[in-house]
Amino acid sequence: MTGIGVGLLLHTQTGTGHLLQTGIGAGLLLQLGLGALAVVSALLAAPSLRSRAGGILCTLIAVTGFATGLAALLGATGGLLIPIALPMDPLLLAPDRLGGLFMLIVSGVGILVSLYSMGSTRGPDASRTAWVAMPVFLVGMQLVPAATDSVSFLLAWEIMTLGSTVLLLADHASRATVASAGIWYSAMSQLSFFFILAGFAVLAAASGGTSFTNLQAIEPGSWAANVAFVLFLLGFGGKAELVPLHVWVPRVLPEAPSHVSAAMSGAMVKIGVYGGLLVCVRLLPDGPAWWGIAIMLVGGASALYGILQASVSSDLKVLLAYSTTENMGLVFLGLGASMLLRGYDAQAAADAALVAALLLAVSHAAFKSTLFLGAGAIIHATGERNLDRLGGLGARMPVTAAAFGIASLGAAAIPITSGFVAEWMLLQSLIHGGRLDGAVVSVAASVAMPLAVAVIALTAGLALLTFVKAYGIAFLARPRSSAAADAREVSPLMQLALVLGALFVLALGLLPGPVAALVAHTVSPSPTAAVQAVGLGGVSLPGIGAVLDPIMLVILSALVAIPVIVSIIVSARRHPHRTIDLPWGGGGSRARPRMQYTATSYAEPLVRVFDDVLKPSRDVQVTHVAESRYLVERVQVEQRVSDVFETRLYRPVLNLFQRYGIVVRHVANGSIHRYLSYSFVALLIVLIVVSL
Amino acid sequence: MNAASSAIIIAFVQVVLFVFLAPLLMGVIRQVRATIEGRAGAGIWQPWRDVRKLLAKDPVRAEGSSWMLKAGPVALMVSSLLLCVLLPLVGTIPFPSIPSDLFVIVSVMLIGVVALALVGLDGGTAFGGMGSSRHMTVAALVEPTLLLAVYALSIPAQTSTISAIVETRLFSPAVIISPVSVLALVALSIAIMAETARLPVDNPGTHLELTMLHEAMTLEASGRDLAWLEVGSWLKLAALLGLVSNLVVPWGVVTDFSALGLAIGVVSIAVKVLVLGVLLSVGEIFLAKVRLFQVPELLAGSFALAFLAVTASYLVA
Repeated sequence: MTGIGVGLLLHTQTGTGHLLQTGIGAGLLLQLGLGALAVVSALLAAPSLRSRAGGILCTLIAVTGFATGLAALLGATGGLLIPIALPMDPLLLAPDRLGGLFMLIVSGVGILVSLYSMGSTRGPDASRTAWVAMPVFLVGMQLVPAATDSVSFLLAWEIMTLGSTVLLLADHASRATVASAGIWYSAMSQLSFFFILAGFAVLAAASGGTSFTNLQAIEPGSWAANVAFVLFLLGFGGKAELVPLHVWVPRVLPEAPSHVSAAMSGAMVKIGVYGGLLVCVRLLPDGPAWWGIAIMLVGGASALYGILQASVSSDLKVLLAYSTTENMGLVFLGLGASMLLRGYDAQAAADAALVAALLLAVSHAAFKSTLFLGAGAIIHATGERNLDRLGGLGARMPVTAAAFGIASLGAAAIPITSGFVAEWMLLQSLIHGGRLDGAVVSVAASVAMPLAVAVIALTAGLALLTFVKAYGIAFLARPRSSAAADAREVSPLMQLALVLGALFVLALGLLPGPVAALVAHTVSPSPTAAVQAVGLGGVSLPGIGAVLDPIMLVILSALVAIPVIVSIIVSARRHPHRTIDLPWGGGGSRARPRMQYTATSYAEPLVRVFDDVLKPSRDVQVTHVAESRYLVERVQVEQRVSDVFETRLYRPVLNLFQRYGIVVRHVANGSIHRYLSYSFVALLIVLIVVSL
Repeated sequence: MNAASSAIIIAFVQVVLFVFLAPLLMGVIRQVRATIEGRAGAGIWQPWRDVRKLLAKDPVRAEGSSWMLKAGPVALMVSSLLLCVLLPLVGTIPFPSIPSDLFVIVSVMLIGVVALALVGLDGGTAFGGMGSSRHMTVAALVEPTLLLAVYALSIPAQTSTISAIVETRLFSPAVIISPVSVLALVALSIAIMAETARLPVDNPGTHLELTMLHEAMTLEASGRDLAWLEVGSWLKLAALLGLVSNLVVPWGVVTDFSALGLAIGVVSIAVKVLVLGVLLSVGEIFLAKVRLFQVPELLAGSFALAFLAVTASYLVA
């Protein structure tokens, strides 16, 4: 990192150097400098100071990135030019508005994660390696959206992947599952990288340059564009956790330290979304209709599969990981719908769908990082991430409970949170997308739009169940284990990060107007025609005539709540409540905590309804009393829901490779004579081919 | 009188009317059922007496239950009251910056659904968890039908604002009997039956039966907590029946504000809701509760109807 710093030049487009123009370059330079400093401090600082110093420097990196991203989002130009000796375009880091938005998302999550990790890291999470990797990861994620040519994009991408892989492996010595997760993650992220590299290679070969301006010149209908689109979809789809490339998610996110999972799910996954937008909006806009349909299909399938798996999962972090797949599926569904609608000239609906997809990405960053940090706080306090062994944490960890609850509302798309606004906008764009001035636009749209609405609706319904389960089982009722009963609230810095995250979720939900208007500038040629801010932070979609004003909704609910609350106060004075042992113990004596519903039993009806998709395996073992077969001493139930894609798609391929590997062992058995003869044969073949 | 103040007056009238009407509706539904079954019944004012009794009792709360047991019932009540404000029941004059968008209305209703489910879990008993789990499963599976029905209804009016949809039906009644509208209404009605825990999804008349949904969640609540849960659920049923009746028979709804119009609007919606309640009660006599694991089939059927409604609108138009 320090090596690059020497060759940096401040790049200004006018030469005279407007303040904002150099501001972006300076911001990026400052980030690189701080990153280098953080790496050095992690290497040199004493173990007792390491977390404090690393946390502060990482927070500074994220704050710088936040300011830089905000400037870019508001329309400032400028950047960093890095000349290189290779015969190609120089590396240029100059984020446009869209890049600025994603820098903002990534650095916002970065601030939360840095604050949190300062308070949370201990043991292997706070090792020298982990604190070296953290700034590398953060800076790498910032640089991807800033890149304006494919080489710097790929370089930044690999820095990001490297940083995250090292962070993931922090705990590998104590848990075997971490090592396996690391292998899955490396394999899948290199597969993504390979596809992206191939995609850029195809485009670069067709256009004769590596900078994005060169690549933009390619005709979207050409075969090169089509091939590149498929490659990019595979590559970025893998990073964005889309089905069927999501298999790393349920292994990696739960095994990583919680602040790292928050950064991965909240920020890194968004870089995959950014890649999708880069291809579909910036490099190859106006592609053929099948691109939009393909993205909608992949997005819809991911949304449904992700939330189904999340809803039946009892492991809190696996649940959150699968829910990330769901949310990214919805983002891609919106992106695909906007591409399809743009093809039919339904501009207003197309713009609204795209803005909705971006809002969904922004709000997901806020609520999912808060949820992962909340899960981290639970693990910190109880050592458990299995919901079946939690319960009653609301009274023991009130701040965590409040933050987790608000973020859950966001994930379940309940008003007045950010998730609701985004889903509302997506639904509005879809129901207005099928028609233009009352006339049906196309058969494809008239089938795709209702199906998309149905997918979003089922996803929203299942998300509701998932997060009622996650919050209700973990924080309400009575503790299901002694670890949960002895839980204590986490340290103030961790609480601060959680509260900040929850405030983000609420603010984005209460003031969607300004946020949406700003976001619309990044993708729409005529942003004010697509989205406007109205009233008290409300949002209006003039093109399709829909308005939403969350603050007015809050005021209205406060008004209707007043009589109810007044009557409660009056009644509470006359009739104070009495706390007793369980008032109605199911007809028997005081019910034991073990008799409560658990997360597994909560999702049991759903497992039955969807057992064709989920293919659960269930094992019931009944131990009878020795004297009589009719009396039961013990019943043990075990239910496992595995990932269908892993068992049906990946396992066969992996088994094939394994068999191939066994065969190859005979071919390369270590005998030097055999290797020499291979070389000889190879040489012969080369000579023959050359002479032909 | 400008739009904002007439909207406020209508909203106020709607809330007061439905708070009065909802217990009465329950009384009528129960009394009609009792009469047809040959029982004497408790009379149509019994729900009112129940509420008065519950409000005058000390609430009993289990040890270890949290603030959710207090706040959840209030949240359900507020969400139901908001439904009464936002839906065009007496009149179709919306608030200027809060149009009665059906997607917003559905999510306001979901606040109540979530609150009730969390109250069910908070008691820390097997029954509460069971009711909560089943309630959320049904709610999740109803959602696609609900939103697709909204989509289908929104097509003739080209907006998802429910007051505009009702006005479109009022001024061009041919829309009401179009196949699209009929399919959408049937789907919507099934969804509402499931949402409000009526037969054939849930049996509101039973207690302590292993198949119950709604009642299981309210078992641990008492006193005013229980009162809010009950009134909130009744209000939701009344408001949604009002919505269906205004979609089927939109006449009598106030579109231009006047004192006489308001009186007609109040009387007509009260009559419509009570008549629909009687029809519901008579219909329920002939229905048995379906098995819990057949509910998804019922909901899949209603989803198919809603989907047909939307696609038919593209083919017909």
